[in-house]
Amino acid sequence: MLAMDFRGPKRVRAVQKPMPTILHPEDAIVKVLRTCICGSDLHLYNGNVPDTRVGMTFGHEFVGEIVEVGSEVTNVKVGDRVLVPFNIACGRCIFCKQGMFGNCHESNSEATAVGGFLGYAHTGGGHNGGQAEYARVPYANFGPTVIPAGMSLDDAVLLTDITPTGYQAAEMAGIQPGDTVVVFGAGPVGIMAARCCWLFGAGRVIIIDKEDYRLEFAQNFAKCEAYNFEKDMDDPVMFIKKQTDWIGADACIDAVGAEAAGNAMQTITGRKLLLQAGSATALHWAINSVRKGGVVSIVGVYGPTDNLVPIGNLINKGITMRGNQASVKRHLPRLIDHVMNGILKPSELITHRIPLEDVADGYRIFSAKLDNCIKPVLIPPTANA
Amino acid sequence: MKKTAEDFAHIPGWGIDADPKNEPTYPNRHRTGEEHEGRSWVRPTQQVLDREVLHSIERPDYTAVVGNSVPPSGLSGMIRRFAFKYSENEYLHWLPLLMADKVNVVEGIIDDIAHGTVPNIWAEKGYNAQWKHDRSGMLVKIATAAAVTAGLVYWLMPKNDRSDKYVARGNYKSGSKR
Repeated sequence: MLAMDFRGPKRVRAVQKPMPTILHPEDAIVKVLRTCICGSDLHLYNGNVPDTRVGMTFGHEFVGEIVEVGSEVTNVKVGDRVLVPFNIACGRCIFCKQGMFGNCHESNSEATAVGGFLGYAHTGGGHNGGQAEYARVPYANFGPTVIPAGMSLDDAVLLTDITPTGYQAAEMAGIQPGDTVVVFGAGPVGIMAARCCWLFGAGRVIIIDKEDYRLEFAQNFAKCEAYNFEKDMDDPVMFIKKQTDWIGADACIDAVGAEAAGNAMQTITGRKLLLQAGSATALHWAINSVRKGGVVSIVGVYGPTDNLVPIGNLINKGITMRGNQASVKRHLPRLIDHVMNGILKPSELITHRIPLEDVADGYRIFSAKLDNCIKPVLIPPTANA
Repeated sequence: MKKTAEDFAHIPGWGIDADPKNEPTYPNRHRTGEEHEGRSWVRPTQQVLDREVLHSIERPDYTAVVGNSVPPSGLSGMIRRFAFKYSENEYLHWLPLLMADKVNVVEGIIDDIAHGTVPNIWAEKGYNAQWKHDRSGMLVKIATAAAVTAGLVYWLMPKNDRSDKYVARGNYKSGSKR
């Protein structure tokens, strides 16, 4: 089968690989129909996540059709079209029972701070992902969710990660009706987070980025205020203070993570030399822009650290300040309702449809922000799209 | 002044998920009491380990399901095995893993060549797309890299070689009579 193949920082290709097989009685094999490149994949692509091994297949956002199931799978069957949450969750450990499906304790042998993720380095468990024609999906009784009749594959694929992640970013911000919320980062997750803030009753939503095309997109999609930190302000923190009668925002969301631009020292020490958990510029702005007693919600990914605070673990373990990997399965019933009722239309974020064969070009376009790219979807040749 | 709900009528779903009880520790506060009992759940069937899988020493054993993408191998594998002797709290865990990743890239190129494949670096880096959508930016980067490389080569060149070169080209004839 054709699959994406990681060869090193900023080097990927599509090659023939062996078909995945059932390795556990709760496994399913899924024929992939749509798969995305996520901003989180770019951390791997850029070589920022430890234990990203050459030969791995990325891809934690995908939907497809079940073609084979293990002996203990009863909740889905061959022929079902399913959306596959990016978290691999057993559904029965102590953390899954608390709804923290991003923190499952039975899916990632190689780290304890995070649960297992599909297609996300060996720090995420070493599971191959869905940027392929077929993928192995563990714990198929729990994660894969049948796509409702009438929902498009494009809407469904964006329910596997970025929509729940944006939604959880807003949820974790503890928004009360009328609150002013600032979202740092107008990538797909930031844009979705801004949109979801309104669902929680925000009174004002501001998004900040440095790419005009993203800001314009965010303004239209999320109906929020949008500002360019390189053009519209000298200092984002001062800007937010002025915008909030010198009090600060009620909540700030960091939807950027380790690869934040905007501070040369952070770029050198965090992004280039990997001496700390990544560039913490957006996180600093969020903490310094929020009002006293406000909430900082973090969904941006940070790596292991050589500075004072293991901020990545705060996010990965779901500790208050408040950050976590989205517990996709927990949000799906609500979000499926919102999509089916027309309140959210995630597929509007998709700007590029790229054949899986051209995966290297897809990564380059998304990572270098070429061609006004917001969200690329890869289509395997067997998807008959 | 807080805005009224009518102000948001143009935003589909405004306030639909608003919950005055929402507070930022949800759902962690929804506890069952099991957290005091340790690893008390009925564990799923253990996956058969048919290849080498490393596991964090912050846990006593493997998870019921494990990834099977790329087992550790070669020099990078040795470094990774070393890293997994230390907990996730130690730099001796993370820094060797980062180093192993870099070694692994070289191993990947060697492996490709050993299997008769010359890596197409241009295509793998997606430069076709960059060329299509950002030609001028790419040319600037190439020119900058070329200039920096040329500068470095000149700077690293022994001084005698530098002067010899200029003498050979006849630009500066130090000591010669004009």
